[in-house]
Amino acid sequence: MEEARYEYLLQLGDSDLILGQRLAALCGHGPALEEDIAMSNVALDLIGQARFWLSYAAEIKGGDADEDTLAFLRDAPAYRNVLLVEQPNGDYGHTIVRQCFYDVWHFFVLQALMQSTDTRIADIAAKSIKEVQYHVERSGDWVVRLGDGTEESHRRTQAAVDKLWRYTGELFRSSEAEQALVEAGIAVDVATLYEPWRAHMQALFEEATLELPGDQPMQCGGKHGEHTEHLGYVLAEMQHLQRSYPGARW
Amino acid sequence: MTVSEQTRFDINDVWQWLDAVPDPEIPVVSVIDLGIVRDVRFEDEQLVVTITPTYSGCPAMQVIEDNILEALRENGVDDARLDVQLSPAWTTDWMSERGKENLRGYGIAPPGESAGTQVIDISRITRSGRNVLPQTCPHCGSKHTERVSEFGSTPCKALHRCLDCAEPFDYFKPF
Repeated sequence: MEEARYEYLLQLGDSDLILGQRLAALCGHGPALEEDIAMSNVALDLIGQARFWLSYAAEIKGGDADEDTLAFLRDAPAYRNVLLVEQPNGDYGHTIVRQCFYDVWHFFVLQALMQSTDTRIADIAAKSIKEVQYHVERSGDWVVRLGDGTEESHRRTQAAVDKLWRYTGELFRSSEAEQALVEAGIAVDVATLYEPWRAHMQALFEEATLELPGDQPMQCGGKHGEHTEHLGYVLAEMQHLQRSYPGARW
Repeated sequence: MTVSEQTRFDINDVWQWLDAVPDPEIPVVSVIDLGIVRDVRFEDEQLVVTITPTYSGCPAMQVIEDNILEALRENGVDDARLDVQLSPAWTTDWMSERGKENLRGYGIAPPGESAGTQVIDISRITRSGRNVLPQTCPHCGSKHTERVSEFGSTPCKALHRCLDCAEPFDYFKPF
């Protein structure tokens, strides 16, 4: 059970961390000052939440592990994030659609985890969901503005939806670790979140004049360490300092 | 150590010392005004201060922790520990009235009531998100203001603008 709990905490923490790292790369490159700041704020929230999850994971692992060794000294196959968050930033429509898919899923996950029988998980979820509510509002607002914006912004946003949709299936498929914890009331059965997530997307997309893609094969594997080629590049940049100067401290 | 030595620090004094520790980004409010110090107690000879983080990713939190320990050391407490408690999650409702007044004087509109323990709900997200109430301009007192961005210069603040005096201002978000 402890091994499953460790794996699950990595799943939660790694997805937050990698998306936070992706967004942090936009700092100084946002399309407008306010957007630049907003993106960095969301990145900070996600990285802060990742620290809570990874610190807990490190305590279970024991030994010399801490949040930093988990973040900076694991290779891509040891990462448990979903594939969606490691996808490149692309244009702003791409960045926002990726964010919206994740934010709404993230909200429903945390909402369910507030009832986790593991009180530490419940506490982190209750803390994080207040921040994620702001994230949901913001990315949803942008999906509508871009989707129902100009012809060009609509075209690009729809293209992002069509391209990223294949990474949404994984969000609702449990890993073995998750399944073991669902029975103990520790983890949420993500399959049950699909309907509310899809309903939220449907309402949002109607307002944004965007179309939800039809059924198609889904890309999975992140929760088992099978990643797209993009994750290696993210880690190379994020881990550069600790890899080049092991043990370096601020 | 004798009993008298153990109790040479009055808990009320400790609260006062902590009240002199400012928020590093908004120095007109103390960590007490912010409501992040949840408990101060002795465990045997060790002083234990329990704090609750504001935003998960707030870069000021580490500085605040260091400053709290530093303030205790300056007052002669060598054996102190900080405990971080996540639950119940921090809310701006814990901010003191004095803190809110100081914010206003500093040019930051203080937070209104938060949703508190109400169930968080995302089902009514529309184009404009939640209703945005106009905040009172901390510079000229006008209510004729608008929100520029939900995200401001720090995670805890939103950016607003006064339509009368034309000054931008920060709004400490209810959270």
